[in-house]
Amino acid sequence: MDAGEILVWLVWIGAATALFASGLAVVLFQNPFYSALSLIVNLASLAVLFLLLSAEFVAAAQVLVYAGAVVVMFLFVTAYLGGRADAPWAGGPTLQSFFAVLAAGAIAVEVVVVIALTAGDRLTDPAEISDAFGSPAEIGRLFISDHLLAFEATSIVLLVAAVGGVILGTTAPRTVRAEGRAEVPER
Amino acid sequence: MMGPGIASYLVVSVVLFSIGAFGVLIRRSPLIVLLALEIMLNAGNLALLAFARHLGDGDGHVFALAVMVVAASEAVIGLGLIVAMSRLRVELDVDKLTTLRG
Repeated sequence: MDAGEILVWLVWIGAATALFASGLAVVLFQNPFYSALSLIVNLASLAVLFLLLSAEFVAAAQVLVYAGAVVVMFLFVTAYLGGRADAPWAGGPTLQSFFAVLAAGAIAVEVVVVIALTAGDRLTDPAEISDAFGSPAEIGRLFISDHLLAFEATSIVLLVAAVGGVILGTTAPRTVRAEGRAEVPER
Repeated sequence: MMGPGIASYLVVSVVLFSIGAFGVLIRRSPLIVLLALEIMLNAGNLALLAFARHLGDGDGHVFALAVMVVAASEAVIGLGLIVAMSRLRVELDVDKLTTLRG
Protein backbone atom coordinates (compact mmCIF):
# COMPACT_ATOMS: atom_id res chain seq x y z
CA MET A 1 0.00 0.00 0.00
CA ASP A 2 1.67 3.23 -1.08
CA ALA A 3 1.24 6.69 0.37
CA GLY A 4 -1.44 7.77 -2.13
CA GLU A 5 -3.59 4.76 -1.34
CA ILE A 6 -3.34 5.44 2.40
CA LEU A 7 -4.25 9.08 1.83
CA VAL A 8 -7.35 8.10 -0.18
CA TRP A 9 -8.41 5.73 2.60
CA LEU A 10 -7.94 8.44 5.25
CA VAL A 11 -9.97 10.97 3.23
CA TRP A 12 -12.66 8.35 2.64
CA ILE A 13 -12.94 7.42 6.32
CA GLY A 14 -13.02 11.07 7.34
CA ALA A 15 -15.72 11.91 4.79
CA ALA A 16 -17.84 8.88 5.71
CA THR A 17 -17.60 9.69 9.43
CA ALA A 18 -18.57 13.32 8.82
CA LEU A 19 -21.42 12.13 6.58
CA PHE A 20 -22.94 9.90 9.27
CA ALA A 21 -22.37 12.38 12.09
CA SER A 22 -23.93 15.29 10.22
CA GLY A 23 -26.78 13.09 8.95
CA LEU A 24 -27.64 12.10 12.51
CA ALA A 25 -27.29 15.74 13.54
CA VAL A 26 -29.84 16.79 10.89
CA VAL A 27 -32.28 14.20 12.18
CA LEU A 28 -31.71 14.71 15.91
CA PHE A 29 -31.31 18.49 16.37
CA GLN A 30 -34.40 20.03 17.91
CA ASN A 31 -33.95 23.36 16.16
CA PRO A 32 -34.59 23.26 12.38
CA PHE A 33 -31.98 26.00 11.96
CA TYR A 34 -29.19 23.75 13.27
CA SER A 35 -30.53 20.88 11.20
CA ALA A 36 -30.23 22.94 8.01
CA LEU A 37 -26.69 23.95 8.96
CA SER A 38 -25.78 20.29 9.57
CA LEU A 39 -27.15 19.50 6.12
CA ILE A 40 -24.43 21.74 4.64
CA VAL A 41 -21.74 19.62 6.35
CA ASN A 42 -23.56 16.51 5.13
CA LEU A 43 -23.57 17.76 1.53
CA ALA A 44 -19.93 18.83 1.67
CA SER A 45 -18.73 15.43 2.89
CA LEU A 46 -20.93 13.76 0.30
CA ALA A 47 -19.24 15.91 -2.37
CA VAL A 48 -15.87 14.57 -1.15
CA LEU A 49 -17.12 11.02 -1.71
CA PHE A 50 -18.36 12.05 -5.18
CA LEU A 51 -14.87 13.36 -5.97
CA LEU A 52 -13.33 10.04 -4.89
CA LEU A 53 -15.73 8.35 -7.35
CA SER A 54 -14.37 10.54 -10.19
CA ALA A 55 -17.64 12.47 -10.42
CA GLU A 56 -16.14 15.95 -10.40
CA PHE A 57 -18.98 17.72 -12.19
CA VAL A 58 -21.71 16.17 -10.04
CA ALA A 59 -19.74 17.08 -6.89
CA ALA A 60 -19.49 20.71 -8.01
CA ALA A 61 -23.16 20.82 -8.99
CA GLN A 62 -24.06 19.25 -5.64
CA VAL A 63 -22.31 21.99 -3.67
CA LEU A 64 -23.70 24.76 -5.90
CA VAL A 65 -27.30 23.54 -6.03
CA TYR A 66 -27.69 22.30 -2.46
CA ALA A 67 -25.41 24.38 -0.28
CA GLY A 68 -25.86 27.40 -2.53
CA ALA A 69 -29.59 27.30 -3.18
CA VAL A 70 -31.62 24.66 -1.36
CA VAL A 71 -30.12 25.10 2.11
CA VAL A 72 -30.29 28.89 1.82
CA MET A 73 -33.98 28.55 0.98
CA PHE A 74 -34.45 26.27 4.01
CA LEU A 75 -32.72 28.83 6.21
CA PHE A 76 -34.95 31.63 4.90
CA VAL A 77 -38.11 29.61 5.56
CA THR A 78 -36.83 28.62 9.02
CA ALA A 79 -36.13 32.26 9.80
CA TYR A 80 -39.61 33.21 8.55
CA LEU A 81 -41.39 30.55 10.59
CA GLY A 82 -39.14 30.75 13.63
CA GLY A 83 -37.23 27.71 14.77
CA ARG A 84 -39.73 25.78 16.80
CA ALA A 85 -38.50 23.02 19.05
CA ASP A 86 -39.66 19.57 18.11
CA ALA A 87 -38.38 16.77 20.31
CA PRO A 88 -40.27 13.56 19.61
CA TRP A 89 -38.12 11.63 22.08
CA ALA A 90 -38.74 14.00 24.96
CA GLY A 91 -40.23 12.03 27.84
CA GLY A 92 -38.55 8.74 27.04
CA PRO A 93 -38.66 6.47 24.03
CA THR A 94 -42.11 6.03 22.57
CA LEU A 95 -43.58 3.22 20.51
CA GLN A 96 -43.16 5.39 17.41
CA SER A 97 -39.44 5.91 17.96
CA PHE A 98 -38.97 2.18 18.59
CA PHE A 99 -40.67 1.27 15.33
CA ALA A 100 -38.86 4.06 13.47
CA VAL A 101 -35.50 2.58 14.51
CA LEU A 102 -36.77 -0.88 13.60
CA ALA A 103 -38.01 0.20 10.15
CA ALA A 104 -34.83 2.17 9.33
CA GLY A 105 -32.67 -0.78 10.37
CA ALA A 106 -34.84 -3.15 8.34
CA ILE A 107 -34.39 -1.00 5.22
CA ALA A 108 -30.61 -1.04 5.65
CA VAL A 109 -30.45 -4.81 6.22
CA GLU A 110 -32.79 -5.59 3.33
CA VAL A 111 -30.86 -3.50 0.79
CA VAL A 112 -27.49 -4.90 1.89
CA VAL A 113 -28.77 -8.48 1.73
CA VAL A 114 -30.40 -8.04 -1.68
CA ILE A 115 -27.31 -6.40 -3.21
CA ALA A 116 -25.00 -9.00 -1.68
CA LEU A 117 -27.16 -11.87 -2.95
CA THR A 118 -27.69 -10.57 -6.47
CA ALA A 119 -24.45 -8.74 -7.28
CA GLY A 120 -22.07 -9.51 -4.43
CA ASP A 121 -19.51 -11.30 -6.62
CA ARG A 122 -19.57 -8.65 -9.36
CA LEU A 123 -18.66 -5.66 -7.19
CA THR A 124 -14.95 -6.37 -6.86
CA ASP A 125 -13.09 -5.03 -9.89
CA PRO A 126 -14.31 -1.68 -11.24
CA ALA A 127 -14.03 -0.80 -14.91
CA GLU A 128 -11.11 1.18 -16.28
CA ILE A 129 -12.10 4.77 -16.94
CA SER A 130 -10.60 7.46 -19.12
CA ASP A 131 -9.65 10.91 -17.88
CA ALA A 132 -12.79 12.35 -19.44
CA PHE A 133 -15.06 10.29 -17.15
CA GLY A 134 -17.28 12.61 -15.13
CA SER A 135 -16.01 15.77 -16.80
CA PRO A 136 -18.50 18.51 -17.79
CA ALA A 137 -17.74 17.91 -21.47
CA GLU A 138 -18.58 14.22 -21.24
CA ILE A 139 -21.78 14.82 -19.26
CA GLY A 140 -22.83 17.60 -21.62
CA ARG A 141 -22.29 15.32 -24.59
CA LEU A 142 -24.46 12.63 -22.96
CA PHE A 143 -27.15 15.17 -22.16
CA ILE A 144 -27.54 16.38 -25.74
CA SER A 145 -27.11 13.00 -27.42
CA ASP A 146 -28.37 9.95 -25.54
CA HIS A 147 -30.44 11.74 -22.91
CA LEU A 148 -31.95 14.65 -24.81
CA LEU A 149 -35.51 13.77 -23.75
CA ALA A 150 -34.48 13.60 -20.10
CA PHE A 151 -32.78 16.98 -20.50
CA GLU A 152 -35.93 18.60 -21.90
CA ALA A 153 -38.14 16.89 -19.31
CA THR A 154 -35.85 18.31 -16.63
CA SER A 155 -36.41 21.83 -17.87
CA ILE A 156 -40.18 21.30 -17.82
CA VAL A 157 -40.00 19.90 -14.27
CA LEU A 158 -38.09 22.98 -13.13
CA LEU A 159 -40.55 25.32 -14.88
CA VAL A 160 -43.56 23.59 -13.31
CA ALA A 161 -41.91 23.65 -9.88
CA ALA A 162 -41.14 27.36 -10.23
CA VAL A 163 -44.73 28.16 -11.27
CA GLY A 164 -46.08 25.99 -8.46
CA GLY A 165 -43.83 27.67 -5.93
CA VAL A 166 -45.03 31.11 -7.02
CA ILE A 167 -48.69 30.05 -6.89
CA LEU A 168 -48.29 28.46 -3.45
CA GLY A 169 -46.48 31.53 -2.20
CA THR A 170 -48.75 34.25 -3.54
CA THR A 171 -52.33 32.94 -3.49
CA ALA A 172 -54.13 34.47 -0.54
CA PRO A 173 -55.52 31.76 1.71
CA ARG A 174 -59.28 31.42 1.75
CA THR A 175 -61.27 31.25 4.94
CA VAL A 176 -60.86 27.87 6.51
CA ARG A 177 -63.74 26.10 8.16
CA ALA A 178 -62.07 22.76 8.53
CA GLU A 179 -61.88 21.13 11.89
CA GLY A 180 -58.85 21.71 14.06
CA ARG A 181 -57.85 25.03 12.56
CA ALA A 182 -58.15 28.48 13.93
CA GLU A 183 -60.35 30.97 12.06
CA VAL A 184 -58.47 32.91 9.45
CA PRO A 185 -59.46 36.54 9.03
CA GLU A 186 -60.67 37.61 5.59
CA ARG A 187 -58.05 39.41 3.57
CA MET B 1 -9.27 2.62 -8.58
CA MET B 2 -7.59 3.72 -5.38
CA GLY B 3 -9.09 3.43 -1.93
CA PRO B 4 -12.18 1.53 -0.88
CA GLY B 5 -14.15 -0.57 -3.34
CA ILE B 6 -17.65 -0.01 -4.64
CA ALA B 7 -19.19 -2.17 -1.90
CA SER B 8 -17.95 0.26 0.78
CA TYR B 9 -19.61 3.18 -1.00
CA LEU B 10 -22.83 1.21 -1.28
CA VAL B 11 -22.80 0.42 2.45
CA VAL B 12 -22.28 4.12 3.24
CA SER B 13 -25.15 4.95 0.90
CA VAL B 14 -27.49 2.44 2.53
CA VAL B 15 -26.67 3.61 6.05
CA LEU B 16 -27.20 7.24 5.01
CA PHE B 17 -30.53 6.31 3.42
CA SER B 18 -31.72 4.64 6.60
CA ILE B 19 -30.66 7.66 8.67
CA GLY B 20 -32.87 9.75 6.39
CA ALA B 21 -35.72 7.26 6.60
CA PHE B 22 -35.43 7.29 10.39
CA GLY B 23 -35.70 11.08 10.33
CA VAL B 24 -38.80 11.00 8.14
CA LEU B 25 -40.42 8.47 10.45
CA ILE B 26 -39.63 10.09 13.76
CA ARG B 27 -39.79 13.88 13.23
CA ARG B 28 -43.02 15.85 13.32
CA SER B 29 -41.78 19.18 12.02
CA PRO B 30 -42.36 19.21 8.23
CA LEU B 31 -39.19 21.26 7.74
CA ILE B 32 -37.01 18.53 9.19
CA VAL B 33 -38.96 15.85 7.34
CA LEU B 34 -38.01 17.67 4.12
CA LEU B 35 -34.36 17.85 5.21
CA ALA B 36 -34.37 14.10 5.93
CA LEU B 37 -35.90 13.53 2.48
CA GLU B 38 -32.99 15.42 0.95
CA ILE B 39 -30.61 13.10 2.82
CA MET B 40 -32.42 10.07 1.37
CA LEU B 41 -32.21 11.47 -2.18
CA ASN B 42 -28.51 12.16 -1.71
CA ALA B 43 -27.92 8.62 -0.52
CA GLY B 44 -29.58 7.42 -3.71
CA ASN B 45 -27.26 9.70 -5.68
CA LEU B 46 -24.23 8.21 -3.96
CA ALA B 47 -25.32 4.70 -4.96
CA LEU B 48 -25.92 5.87 -8.56
CA LEU B 49 -22.46 7.42 -8.80
CA ALA B 50 -20.83 4.36 -7.20
CA PHE B 51 -22.42 2.10 -9.81
CA ALA B 52 -21.51 4.57 -12.58
CA ARG B 53 -17.88 4.42 -11.47
CA HIS B 54 -18.03 0.64 -11.17
CA LEU B 55 -19.38 0.19 -14.70
CA GLY B 56 -17.34 3.05 -16.19
CA ASP B 57 -20.55 4.49 -17.64
CA GLY B 58 -21.43 8.20 -17.63
CA ASP B 59 -25.19 7.57 -17.71
CA GLY B 60 -25.22 7.34 -13.92
CA HIS B 61 -23.98 10.94 -13.72
CA VAL B 62 -26.82 12.12 -15.96
CA PHE B 63 -29.28 10.29 -13.73
CA ALA B 64 -27.73 11.78 -10.59
CA LEU B 65 -28.11 15.29 -12.02
CA ALA B 66 -31.77 14.56 -12.84
CA VAL B 67 -32.26 13.41 -9.22
CA MET B 68 -30.76 16.68 -8.02
CA VAL B 69 -33.20 18.64 -10.20
CA VAL B 70 -36.12 16.69 -8.76
CA ALA B 71 -34.79 17.24 -5.23
CA ALA B 72 -34.55 20.98 -5.81
CA SER B 73 -38.11 21.07 -7.21
CA GLU B 74 -39.35 19.03 -4.28
CA ALA B 75 -37.73 21.46 -1.85
CA VAL B 76 -39.39 24.42 -3.60
CA ILE B 77 -42.85 22.86 -3.51
CA GLY B 78 -42.41 21.47 0.00
CA LEU B 79 -41.28 24.80 1.41
CA GLY B 80 -44.08 26.55 -0.46
CA LEU B 81 -46.58 24.19 1.16
CA ILE B 82 -45.06 24.78 4.60
CA VAL B 83 -45.26 28.56 4.18
CA ALA B 84 -48.87 28.22 2.96
CA MET B 85 -49.63 26.06 6.02
CA SER B 86 -48.26 28.68 8.35
CA ARG B 87 -50.25 31.40 6.59
CA LEU B 88 -53.40 29.33 7.12
CA ARG B 89 -52.46 29.08 10.81
CA VAL B 90 -52.21 25.31 10.50
CA GLU B 91 -49.98 23.90 13.19
CA LEU B 92 -46.67 22.74 11.73
CA ASP B 93 -46.93 19.14 12.86
CA VAL B 94 -47.28 16.34 10.34
CA ASP B 95 -49.18 14.20 12.85
CA LYS B 96 -51.96 16.79 13.01
CA LEU B 97 -52.56 17.09 9.27
CA THR B 98 -55.63 14.86 9.25
CA THR B 99 -58.03 16.80 7.00
CA LEU B 100 -57.76 14.22 4.20
CA ARG B 101 -58.53 11.36 6.55
CA GLY B 102 -61.90 9.87 5.65
